[in-house]
Amino acid sequence: MAESLDTQQKPSSNYFKAVASITWKDMAAELRSREMISAMLVFSLLVILIFYFALELDVKARNSITAGALWVTFAFAGTLGLNRSMAIEKDFGCLDGLLLAPVDRSAIYFGKMISNLFFMAIVEAIVLPFYSVMYNINLFNSGLLLITFLGSVGYIAVGTLLAAMSVQTRTRDILLPILLFPLTIPVLIAAVKASSGFLLGSAWSEIEPWFNILIVYDIIFIAVSFMVFDFVVEE
Amino acid sequence: MSPQPRALKTLNILSVILVLGAFLQVILFTPYEEIMGPVQKIFYFHVAVAWVGMLGFIASAVVAVIYLVTKDLKWDVICLAAVEISLVFFFEAIVLGSIWARRAWGTWWTWDPRLTTAAILEMIYLAYLLLRQGLEDPERRARFGAVYTLLGGLSVPLTFISIRIFRTIHPILIGGGGTDTMNMSNSMLLTMFISIGVFTLVFITLFWHRIRLGFLREEVEHTKLSVTE
Repeated sequence: MAESLDTQQKPSSNYFKAVASITWKDMAAELRSREMISAMLVFSLLVILIFYFALELDVKARNSITAGALWVTFAFAGTLGLNRSMAIEKDFGCLDGLLLAPVDRSAIYFGKMISNLFFMAIVEAIVLPFYSVMYNINLFNSGLLLITFLGSVGYIAVGTLLAAMSVQTRTRDILLPILLFPLTIPVLIAAVKASSGFLLGSAWSEIEPWFNILIVYDIIFIAVSFMVFDFVVEE
Repeated sequence: MSPQPRALKTLNILSVILVLGAFLQVILFTPYEEIMGPVQKIFYFHVAVAWVGMLGFIASAVVAVIYLVTKDLKWDVICLAAVEISLVFFFEAIVLGSIWARRAWGTWWTWDPRLTTAAILEMIYLAYLLLRQGLEDPERRARFGAVYTLLGGLSVPLTFISIRIFRTIHPILIGGGGTDTMNMSNSMLLTMFISIGVFTLVFITLFWHRIRLGFLREEVEHTKLSVTE
């Protein structure tokens, strides 16, 4: 009896262990090379500088444009990271190794997704204060941080799945943003609107629909990616 | 490839006749709008064409799921056919709508939910075609294509809802109830439904042809392979 219970519990604990070890593997590799995060970070900071000259972000314009500028930055930096994180797996045959491992394949998806999300969060954690200082606007707003997190989850959930697809094509690097942007429009709209709602101090009733869309998007797309990831890595 | 079945031949002829009929109906038997003039009559085709685009969109998402379940490559051919038809018809709907809007709203384009969603849907379909282009293995192409169509099928309604939360000026045709609703006379409504019906038939005809073309293309590829071997 005790033994059968033990074997019943094993698969799920194995599953989480697999997810954790894939995430850990990515983080350890990134900690050593620091390739991805440094590229994403330098790129985001450049985008923010370019925004200043392109949009002439004077004090008046700042309040209304900040949320949009931030999300464009995150989206672009996100595709850089997503592309890179899957390309590494593909180029060194790492993905084949992972696929041979006796774990459910969706564990690979969640492992990659969590590590991608982590990298994106690091970039955001540096970009937000940088932006605050450069443009003299306070972005330390708990609502804004929550929205940033929820938006990133949706973006990375779809992005990880699509990156796994696009690395297997001939046009790999170019293809990811083309595949990803039209599908993540709801996330971008909702995140921009909710973020600027929090920045302008709007009432919760105005922010709520956007907040709901983000939650719904995150749930739907994590669930669907979990279901279809098998089809994407199948040989 | 077998010759066209009789049902398809009948559909060909029926589609041509009915489209001409709908055209005459729109020109001759619908009320003339005082302010907008003849441009208003675009509306009947615009709605019908957008409807066909919608049919293709739904068909492609459903067929994508069927493919993922059955893994039968014939469903991939059908999915591609649905996507291509939807791509063309939504494009037509956008163009016709722009011409109509120029007169009705005084602008070619507004960032209205329907317009924007249609444009994003076009982007998704173009991305779908680019994705297919980058893949050579037909089985993998089919799998990725189906996954992408499925994701598109889920994200487009959300896109629509999120843009809808902005204010809209697009007329809500049926069941809107507000001041936005178009005041349509019975003959206008009738013509609209006739042209929707006619274009549904056109959709079936084109869909059938496009599926046959897809199978034919596969056959040619197989023959080519067997010749080179």
